[in-house]
Amino acid sequence: MNGENISFWEKLGKIDRRWIFLIIGLVVFIPIAFGLRMTVHVSPAVKSAYDTINRLPEGSVVMISIDYDAASMPELQPMLKAILRHCFDKNLKVILINFWPLGLPIGNQGLEEVAREYGKVYGVDYMNLGYRPGDIAVMLRMGTEIRSVFYGDIKGTPLDSLPMMKNIHNYDDIAVVVGLEAGSMGDYWVQYVNARFKQDMILGVTAVMAAGVYPYLQAGQIKGLIGGLKGAAEYEKLVNHPAFGHIGMASQSWAHVVIILFIILGNIGYFMERRRKRGL
Amino acid sequence: MLKKQIPLAITFITGVIIVITFFIPHPPFGRLQQDALTWYSVIFGFTMLLGVDSLVRFHYRKLRRREKGWWFSIIFYGGFLLSFITGVVSEVRFGDAFKIGSSFMYFYNTILIPLQSTMFALLAFFIASASYRAFRARNIDATFLLVTAVIVMLGRVPVGYMLWHKLPNLTSWILNVLQLGPMRGIMIGIALGTVAMSLRLILGIERTYLS
Amino acid sequence: MILFILFSTITVKAFDTPNDGGGSITIKAYNVPETVKKALVYRKTEGDTTYTFAGVMSILSYRYVDANSTIKNGKPYYYRVDFYFPDTVISVESDSPGIAYAQWYDKTKTSSLIFLIVFSTLVLVFIQLAKKDPEGLYIRKIPALDAIDEAVGRSTELGKPTFFVHGLLGITDAGTLAALTILRRVAKKVAEYDTPILVTNFDPIVMTASQETVKQAYTEAGRPDAYNEKNIIYLTYEQFGYTAGVDGLMVREKPGAIFLQGYFFAESLILAETGHSVGAIQIAGTTAKEQLPFFVAACDYVLIGEEMLAASSYIGREPVMLGSVKGADWGKAFLMGVIGIGVVLGTVGAILQSAGNGALMNVFEKILAFF
Repeated sequence: MNGENISFWEKLGKIDRRWIFLIIGLVVFIPIAFGLRMTVHVSPAVKSAYDTINRLPEGSVVMISIDYDAASMPELQPMLKAILRHCFDKNLKVILINFWPLGLPIGNQGLEEVAREYGKVYGVDYMNLGYRPGDIAVMLRMGTEIRSVFYGDIKGTPLDSLPMMKNIHNYDDIAVVVGLEAGSMGDYWVQYVNARFKQDMILGVTAVMAAGVYPYLQAGQIKGLIGGLKGAAEYEKLVNHPAFGHIGMASQSWAHVVIILFIILGNIGYFMERRRKRGL
Repeated sequence: MLKKQIPLAITFITGVIIVITFFIPHPPFGRLQQDALTWYSVIFGFTMLLGVDSLVRFHYRKLRRREKGWWFSIIFYGGFLLSFITGVVSEVRFGDAFKIGSSFMYFYNTILIPLQSTMFALLAFFIASASYRAFRARNIDATFLLVTAVIVMLGRVPVGYMLWHKLPNLTSWILNVLQLGPMRGIMIGIALGTVAMSLRLILGIERTYLS
Repeated sequence: MILFILFSTITVKAFDTPNDGGGSITIKAYNVPETVKKALVYRKTEGDTTYTFAGVMSILSYRYVDANSTIKNGKPYYYRVDFYFPDTVISVESDSPGIAYAQWYDKTKTSSLIFLIVFSTLVLVFIQLAKKDPEGLYIRKIPALDAIDEAVGRSTELGKPTFFVHGLLGITDAGTLAALTILRRVAKKVAEYDTPILVTNFDPIVMTASQETVKQAYTEAGRPDAYNEKNIIYLTYEQFGYTAGVDGLMVREKPGAIFLQGYFFAESLILAETGHSVGAIQIAGTTAKEQLPFFVAACDYVLIGEEMLAASSYIGREPVMLGSVKGADWGKAFLMGVIGIGVVLGTVGAILQSAGNGALMNVFEKILAFF
């Protein structure tokens, strides 16, 4: 009898990871397949981001930086679309910019899709600056004159021939910069653009990075923080347009619960095994 | 002797100039940092050719000698040529390789996006297995870590609110207060370490990059 | 139709934008009612009869910076701001012209300058002290660096190769340079033990630096003939392509020891878990604070932030290098002292302010503004 118990506790502490992978896979897939939804509650950090954009008067310019690629698209693209819907709802002008070349088509697709929904006109209501190599150098140069880096937009059209760009020269003409970050560009935005040019910033980051961005939020260097898919779902709720963020919430919730259950099982197995060894 | 001295001198002079110009906005000093970063970007563009050359030659060697796993090199050449050719063709035909409807964008949407998303999705599985293996309450510190992790994991998803309506507030407190100090400490430490390393590089004490 | 309100309280001032390289004038509006909808700025120079449109003033900050390329230093520019309210428009001219100048010193960076001087002085002082008394400097043990020999030794015993995986940033990153130092130590050990090594690179410049580093290490170990350039490979400049490539190599080659050194992003756990699954001993080092928890969970040893940056000093044990680490530590102590003083001032100031005495809080806020 004791031999069977020992074997059981030890097994509990050393479950083959393939079982874990299988169960996680099912827990993520089933809620999406069956369309399960959960109520989302808005956090102060996301509300702060929303309020920053909501306070802007009509015609203000919002620059959105696409600093992610296909890998982080599931977390950040819903944020992009929710923010674009908010901007177009309020008739704000949107400028898209890229610092990740592989994110360029993703950002452009999202922008064109939402702009079409709202009947917005390219060059009048929104435009896409595209990508230039140089990261920090580009950010610093835009503080003086955007045209010193971007002679034309993503299609090569000279900026001065776009009606909305006529009076936009540098960060002083931009109300808010929203950085959608999967890497270190967010740090550069804060350290260079916010610190030197006092530009108001909002960061939307992957969930993993969110903990590291809270110092900026607490210090007032960014006006709002949208973290992970949950942050995207919260912003979707605020703009009354539940979309992919909401779809992922049930899967994410139950995946977290399953991980916690596995941790508990592992600890039970660990403690029972330790107790057995002490008893020997 | 000169092989080491000249790079050290260049490092010292440019390092000192960039540091001084950080404090001097008057032209031409104010723009030097930006110009240096631009020059770096140009140089980096050329070094990409180095990388491509290294990769092509590496796989050519594998193919020619039929080394272990040589068929992967065929896949490499296939992918390399496919993206290069479709990129050029799309650029010539549409004036923009990223134009929706171009062959380049077709392969981007059907191959690259699913592949990148799949790799990133592996994280969900690996986090589960790593958490299961690593979060054991071996001692008091590990127990605190475990409890905090559970609270944050639950508080960051809607199910946390369902369990206890104050759980998201507790999670917010942990993120905004409890972890903020250590996070800042690590950030400051890394920043200071970087400054110290930069000082060593400028003064020529650290010569790792010279080999 | 623009109406001129004679008794408006709104004032507009135009002045040289401070702490810049010239060519910029700041226009600031004061006492603007909150009901304003927009504010348009117009500019003219001496001799002009009409104003031309300059830009849109932010109605969040009531500030507009005119940095148009036509602004010349030393030339006076006159401004008018039209404030649009729901029922009316108020035009206010600046009381005096703004003249742009270039400054030779950016006053907002004074705190950075002070810190730079203090920090550099401390580092240089301790370097000099180290030269005089090399044995007198104590640096605590860093287990991850001490474990390098153990890891390479284990690989050799198992007859398996050693992997060195660079991070995703380039040669300009301090962490990458630190990784090259660690690579040199690892390469020297594998040369001594005659263990195969494979170095994967994300960046082509780092690849060339790695090749030189490994070649030098083999030469120092007395085994220049054993160096094989093919073992230092560039995979791809794409994050998950690199991850997939490294994972594939790990699963096929089954290394005995894996070094994950540099700046990593989301792929950190994928790499570390795959390394764990093949049974390798793993030593990670990164300055990416977000990835530290994943490495701590999945690896045997981890170099946290500055431990990695101190690697060259720790491994080489040269007095000058150790002195610089010591100086950096004292610089941190100085910073901690400043933070401590600030915390005490702020806390006591807040308590006194709530009791009706705001003097200390005013002092604290002035100090805060300086920083």
